[in-house]
Order: sequence, then structure tokens, then C-alpha cells
Amino acid sequence: MTNTQLTPGVAPARLRDEDYQDNFADKAPPLDTHAAAVAADRCYFCHDAPCITACPTAIDIPLFIREIATGAPVAAARTIFTQNVLGGMCARVCPTEMLCEEACVREVAEGRPVEIGRLQRYATDTLMMRGDHPFTRAPETGRRVAVVGAGPAGLACAHRLAMKGHEVRLFDARPKPGGLNEYGIAAYKTVNDFAQAEVAWLMGIGGITVENGKALGRDISLDALREGYDAVFLAIGLGGVNALRTEGEEKSHVQDAVDFIAHLRQAEDLSKIPVGRDVVVIGGGMTAVDAAVQSKLLGAETVTMVYRRGRANMSASGREQQHAASKGVRIITGAAPLRIFGEGAVEAVEFAYTNETEAGLELTDKTFKLKADQVFKAIGQVLDGAPQGLTLSGRKIAVTGPGRTSLDGVWAGGDCAAGGDDLTVTAVAEGRDAAEDIDAMLTGTEERAHG
Amino acid sequence: MADLSCDFVGIKSPNPFWLASAPPTDKEYNVRRAFEAGWGGVVWKTLGEDGPPVVNVNGPRYGAIWGADRRLLGLNNIELITDRPLEVNLREIKTVKRDYPDRAMVVSLMVPCEEEAWKAILARVEETGADGVELNFGCPHGMSERGMGSAVGQVPDYVEMVTRWCKANTRMPVIVKLTPNITDIRLASRAAHKGGADAVSLINTINSITGVDLDQMAPEPTIDGKGTHGGYCGPAVKPIALNMVAEIARDPETAGLPISGIGGVTTWKDAAEFMALGAGNVQVCTAVMTYGFKIVQEMISGLSQWMDDKGHAQVSDLVGRAVPNVTDWQYLNLNYVTKARIDQAACIKCGRCFAACEDTSHQAITMSPERVFEVQDDECVACNLCVNVCPVEDCITMERLAAGQTDPRTGQTVSDDYANWTTHPNNPGTCAAE
Ligand SMILES: Cc1cc2nc3c(=O)[nH]c(=O)nc-3n(C[C@H](O)[C@H](O)[C@H](O)COP(=O)(O)OP(=O)(O)OC[C@H]3O[C@@H](n4cnc5c(N)ncnc54)[C@H](O)[C@@H]3O)c2cc1C
Ligand SMILES: Cc1cc2nc3c(=O)[nH]c(=O)nc-3n(C[C@H](O)[C@H](O)[C@H](O)COP(=O)(O)O)c2cc1C
Ligand code: SF4
Ligand code: SF4
Ligand code: SF4
Repeated sequence: MTNTQLTPGVAPARLRDEDYQDNFADKAPPLDTHAAAVAADRCYFCHDAPCITACPTAIDIPLFIREIATGAPVAAARTIFTQNVLGGMCARVCPTEMLCEEACVREVAEGRPVEIGRLQRYATDTLMMRGDHPFTRAPETGRRVAVVGAGPAGLACAHRLAMKGHEVRLFDARPKPGGLNEYGIAAYKTVNDFAQAEVAWLMGIGGITVENGKALGRDISLDALREGYDAVFLAIGLGGVNALRTEGEEKSHVQDAVDFIAHLRQAEDLSKIPVGRDVVVIGGGMTAVDAAVQSKLLGAETVTMVYRRGRANMSASGREQQHAASKGVRIITGAAPLRIFGEGAVEAVEFAYTNETEAGLELTDKTFKLKADQVFKAIGQVLDGAPQGLTLSGRKIAVTGPGRTSLDGVWAGGDCAAGGDDLTVTAVAEGRDAAEDIDAMLTGTEERAHG
Repeated sequence: MADLSCDFVGIKSPNPFWLASAPPTDKEYNVRRAFEAGWGGVVWKTLGEDGPPVVNVNGPRYGAIWGADRRLLGLNNIELITDRPLEVNLREIKTVKRDYPDRAMVVSLMVPCEEEAWKAILARVEETGADGVELNFGCPHGMSERGMGSAVGQVPDYVEMVTRWCKANTRMPVIVKLTPNITDIRLASRAAHKGGADAVSLINTINSITGVDLDQMAPEPTIDGKGTHGGYCGPAVKPIALNMVAEIARDPETAGLPISGIGGVTTWKDAAEFMALGAGNVQVCTAVMTYGFKIVQEMISGLSQWMDDKGHAQVSDLVGRAVPNVTDWQYLNLNYVTKARIDQAACIKCGRCFAACEDTSHQAITMSPERVFEVQDDECVACNLCVNVCPVEDCITMERLAAGQTDPRTGQTVSDDYANWTTHPNNPGTCAAE
């Protein structure tokens, strides 16, 4: 610890080693066998359960919880993985409070849902810890599919295709597979290098070749892929970020939150990551919360998140907001940045309170200034470098049904495709469903529906 | 404040809560502490005849079944009668009774089926100043293989014979403890009655295997790879015990025979239920083995609070109150027509009632796309299954159709006349139908 929380400017090593360890420890430690049995016993085994409908991958929740309750967690994990092969990651990162647990009848009745996410983690951890892969691959079909992007959507698609006996080549621009599981999700949600462990486990199906450092548009072209493969699945996520367009944006220590997070996720030693004494995060989504919380955990003295609309519009869930508040992050809503001050490096940000009107958001003349030596922009990610020829819907790739794009033989899913929330679990569902559709096309059970 | 004191076959105790003959009453140390905690009486752990004591296994004695949070629901044991010398037990009984004259001290006995053996031990028990004896005709394991315990209790003639010997050889009240491992409990109680028993106590434990160790492929508890049936007790056996107590209480042949109720008594409410079905007091074993002696405080406060609320001044006011309402199926009122009613405001939409009724009952509940569950009176047979599976208390209730209403299921007008199977036209034995 060479610096303290009060050291001015942007500095590393503000905390003691053990503080970093505590701060970045597992956010929701796993249930032990007894706690899992007790938690599982709370499930009513609902008929046509509403929690299943609320899960984007439609995991048979009452069934897997009953399997846990009866002492068969490995069977429970199979139930989960059959629907969602990234059930391990989803158990850690799903905002369950707006998905399955929100729909749980016990949430509705008592405000205390069955702990579906933690139970899912208990089951999937149990199976994955044994190291075996629960599925076997169908006989090889001789068909080849290219999957671009090894995030949750690409991984889920590749796995399902491989399972069906197809040969999959998985390209990713980054040096490691996993997508935002590896470069985005908050560190305390996925400790012990879980993202890489999960990818390695998933590859146990066989039939998937991963090529990292291969970018579509740079090293490979869509035309070549369409030429060389029987089908293509695009799962390139959202590589770009929205511009802030605020005066002073170019000053140093004003950076994109996603870059900061990616850097943090790859750090060998957290004490080497510099962080401001006074940090300001602009935005109201999961990325903003994660940047704010992790800045605080790295030792920033004050962290303030500023969102331009009201709390209800924030895409970060209530639970996420509470988590941020509990870590000491101050959240200001209804204010937008006017200008960024500083000599070379940022020193302060001026905001104006906003008014929501029919015409849109208006700035008022009530302003305030926040001291800042580091500013993170987290106002949304956008699709970057979509291949030519694909029809877009808004700023994403247009798809119909299970991810069919406007191009024959090309599917898309996950964050880069239009529709669905930008969540890990949604990406998995879309990848899986596209794989099923591709398989149906390749094996002739589905006539070629487009093109 | 209700008066909880009890006089059971002349044995007085400050409350109706006795400890059953078992490990809690195995020695002076335990019994003193039990009395200090407030227990009204004890039945001392069963004594055997003089000579080298029996030995117990040196591996596990207990098996169990649990609810989700390891709540102990049923216990199984393969313990034998006391494994301490007779002399020591008798000495301790004497000192404890001397120090606690207001508490009931009953001594449980089990000796071979010979009059001399019983005569000999009864004389020695009398010397201790104990208030009475309980004949253990119930122990279902180990001792029964040696012709004692339930081996006696299962043969009514032996029950009667041994009871008669005891009555002939002691001035102390004789309580006969019955085994539930018998088809008709009344045969045993009648035999005890004929032999002159002052009371019966029941139930002793039920033959059981609590589980199978699927790795060792052996019953639990497992001793060096083998297991044997044990005796089952605890909350799980209460319904069986209640029925047996009621059967005896309403048997005209044993009318008025005092009963000490045993089997799964865990709370004051359990005790009140046993007493309502005719037990003059209750005995407790597993609950104390699970939670310790202190639970008697809850039993005392709970029972007296309830008695105050209901206006029962003394325990005898409640004993047997529910017995007249225990009847045979054939006398149940077939004109009592009810329908399930779902309180939509309380419903949490789990759909368990739907699954139960749809899959296993009478397809009388409908489910709308919005998950609204409704009972169809024209199909509901009033089985009560939905009430029992609904996780929300009082969400589904059974409501009686008033006289004059039409039961949409049968199309018949509900009558408030009482009519049972004995007079029903479908009953082949009905005279009225001819
Ligand atoms: C900071 C942050 C925190 C988040 N936290 C959560 C959370 O807690 N819970 C939750 O459910 N969701 C969370 N999300 C959202 C979630 O991570 C995404 O919805 C999900 O990862 C989308 O999966 P994907 O496969 O579509 O894309 P990504 O995970 O983004 O993966 C896309 C992959 O494609 C690769 N790629 C991109 N362009 C190319 C190219 N041209 N050629 C080759 N490869 C390319 C990328 O390298 C990347 O590996 C978070 C997002 C962020 C940014
Ligand atoms: C470990 C154990 C030992 C027992 N030993 C005796 C005994 O020696 N004599 C006897 O009459 N009953 C014995 N019983 C039976 C109990 O007295 C009682 O009848 C039975 O446990 C049911 O009551 P409960 O459900 O309150 O436990 C024993 C029970 C247990 C659990
Ligand atoms: S809604 Fe809740 S209680 Fe019902 S099955 Fe799902 S987890 Fe269980
Ligand atoms: S009482 Fe029985 S038949 Fe009637 S609705 Fe309930 S489960 Fe169905
Ligand atoms: S079981 Fe009870 S709570 Fe569940 S749907 Fe039926 S009435 Fe509602």
C-alpha cells in the first residue's frame, strides 16, 4: 500500500492487499449442501410454474430444485444445462430479481422468493467440480458451421451445434474466449477465473475449434465464411460505445467504463490498477453500476453515479442499485453532464438537472459541479462493424424467428441482434435457438425458410 | 389459572406430563434434573430381573427421518431395557422418590414369563416406595426375541395372565404398556382389563426400518454392515397412537379403563389431543430426547393457557371430551355436503391445487391463462385434497351447502336430515331399501 484513499489524482495501491481480497471476494458465496436443501424445500413445485416462463432459457426450475431437495444435484445440473449450457455463469450473473425470482409465487406472496439463482449455482458447481461433461456428441454430420464471437451467444450456439454432430469453428477477435463473461461481468460475480473454466468445460463436448485473435472484417470476411461453411452465426456483441458529446470529453482520465472494466478483469494484481480519488460515472445501466462499484472497491474515496433520467428508467435493477449504495456509491438521477473541466486531466464535471417533457429530455438552468479526477462514460454500447449487406433494425442486426438474418445461411443472436434484453441469459437462449434452427436446416427437417 | 394436577389411578402428579420409560428416565441423575425442570412424573427405564444386566450394541442405536431443516420427525431405536444392575436402579428410585414425594414415580418392568420372576421383582420395587408399576409388553426388538416385551404383548392370553400375576402380587397400581405391533389394539387392552389392570399405556414403539444405506446396501442404523428392525417413535407415530387410544376409549368392553397416552407427544397441543381422546395423562420420550427436559415448560404454559381460554378448570374436564365424536364410517352423515372454496385474495397462484385435483382427484379445478384457479362445484366431491396441498393456510376452505341448495354434482337438493350408510339405498344390507 503505497497510496491511500486520500491520495490526490489517479493512483494505484490505495488499499492494503487484504482489502483487495475482501473487496473482490465472491459476492454471493455458494450454498452448502444443507443450506441448499433448506432453500430447495421452500419451492412449491408449482404447476406450469411462472418462474420457468420468466427464465429466458426456460429452465425447468421446479424440477431441478426438487432434484436438489432429493439429494441429486448432478441430475439437477443436467436439467439446467439441457436448457442453458452456461447455467453456471447465469447462476452468478443473472439479475434474478427481474427474471425467475421476480415471478416466483413466493416473491409475489411474501417478498421472499425461492433462491433460484443460488440453487442453480449449487447444482451447476457440483457437476462442474466433478469435471465431467454431461452431454455426448451425436455422430458427425460432416456439416461445418462458422460462429463469430465467443461470448455467451456464440458459445451456446457452438455447443448445441457440436452436440448435434456438426463441426464448429469459433472465431473471436479477442485473445481469450468468453466475451463479456471474460471482459465485462463484475469481478466479484465470477471469481477464480470461472469464465475460462466454464469455456474449457463447455469445450468438453468436442467438435469445436476456437480461433482467437480473428476479427470479422479484419482477418476474415462474411463472404468467405458463407463460401466456406454450411452456415454462419454472428454473435459479435456490442463492440462500440455511445459518444458522450460533452465539452471536455477529450481530457485525460475521461474513459469508457467498458475499457476500465475489461482492464480490471484482466489484471493479475488489482493493486496495480490506478483509480481516482473522486470518481464520477455517467450512466444508469449495469455497466455504470459495475464501474462505480469496482472503483469504490479499488479504493476511490468518493464515487458518484449520475444518470440523466429518473430512477425508474435506470436499466440497472433495484437490487443492483442497492448493491451500489451499500458499497458507498452515491447515485444522482435526473442530471446530465454539461462540460468537463481540467487542465489536461479532468478536475471536475458540471451537470444540469433535467426535466422530462413530452418532447424529450430538457436541461434546466439548475446546475452543480462534482469534483472528479476520473470520469467513466457508461452511456450504452452499440454494434460496431456489422458486415455489409445485413439489414439492420435500429442499430442492431435485424432477425426473424430464431435469429435468421436477411442473408441466406446467416444467423445472428445475442447483444448484436435486435430484440431481447442485453443479458447473458438472453444471449444464451438466442444462441441455442439459432443452433436448433441451423441444425434443422442442415439436416433437412426444416425447408430453407429464407433466401 | 387452570389446575393441571392429576390423579391417575391414584398416583398423583402436579401435571399430566410424565416422561416415558426410556433413556431420559434411565438413572437418578436424569430423573432429578427432569423433576427440577418441572416434569410431573416419570416411568423409570424398564428393569429386568436380578443378575447380570442385558448388554446393548456398541454401534449406533438410533436411526431417524428428518424434514428439510433436519427437524427430527421420526426416531427408531434398538436399545434394550436398562443395562445397569437392578440393585443400583432400585436404590436410586428410592432416593429420588424420597426427595420428590409430590412427583409420580412409576417403575417399568420386564422379566421372563414366569409368575415367580414377577413376584420377586414386584416385592423389591415396593420397597422403594414407588407409586406404581408399568408392565413393558411392548419393546419390539431384542427383548422380544427372548420371549419378553412385544412377544408377550402380541398374545392377549399372556397379557391377561401376567397382569393377573402382578395384581395378585402387589398392592401397587399396575399399568400395562401395550405394543402397537398388533392388528387390533382392543384385543390387548381387553386382556389387560380382564387380568385386572388399573390402566393401559400406549403406544410403545412400532417395528420399523428407517432407511437403507444404499452404499452398504444395509438397513439403518447399520452395525458392521447389518441392521435389524427397531422401534419407531416421535412425531411421525402420533396419528397411529391417537387412533389406538381412541379405539380403546370407545370400546364398550373396556369402558372407563384409564389410559396413559404415549407416542409422538411433542407439544401441549399433542397432549391435549391425546387427553381429548381419553388419555388421563401423557408420557413423552422422543421430544425430550430431541430438545431436552426444558420443553415441559412450554407444555405446562400452553396447556394451562388453552384451558383458561376454554374455561376448563381441571384436567379431568377435558379427558375423553372428543371420544363421543369418534365413530365408524358407516355412521357419518352423508347429507353433509361441502365444496372447496378458494379465497382469490389469498391465492398465490402456485397451481398445486390444480395439479392435485386434475391429476389425482376429480378434475374439479380450472386454471385460466392468468393463473386464476376456480372450483367447479359440479365436479367437486369435497375430498379436501386441495386444502391439504395448498401452501397457504386457510386459502382453500370447505364450505357446507345449506339445506335446500342443489348440489350441482349430484343434482340433488341438500337436506339437513342426518342420513348415513346404514340407511342408504345403495347399501345391500339396508332394510329401509327393501
Ligand atoms: C460491464 C458489463 C456488465 C454486465 N453485467 C451483466 C450481468 O451482471 N448480468 C447479465 O446478465 N448481463 C450483464 N451484462 C450484459 C452481458 O454481458 C451481455 O448481454 C452478454 O455478454 C451478451 O453476449 P454476446 O455473446 O451477445 O456478446 P459478448 O459477450 O459481447 O461477446 C461478443 C464476442 O464477440 C467478439 N467480437 C466482437 N466483434 C468481433 C469481430 N468483428 N470479429 C470476431 N469477434 C468479435 C468479442 O470479442 C466478444 O468475445 C453486462 C455487460 C457489461 C458491458
Ligand atoms: C431409546 C429408546 C428406548 C426405549 N426404551 C424403552 C423401555 O425400556 N421401556 C419401555 O417401556 N419403552 C421404551 N421406549 C419406548 C418409549 O417409552 C415410548 O413408548 C415411545 O418412544 C413412544 O413415545 P415418543 O413418541 O414420545 O417417543 C424406548 C424408546 C426409545 C426411543
Ligand atoms: S415459482 Fe417459485 S415456488 Fe413456484 S416452482 Fe418456481 S421457484 Fe418454485
Ligand atoms: S375438494 Fe377435492 S374434488 Fe373438490 S376441488 Fe378440492 S381436490 Fe378437487
Ligand atoms: S394451491 Fe392455494 S395458493 Fe396455490 S393456486 Fe391453489 S388456491 Fe392458490
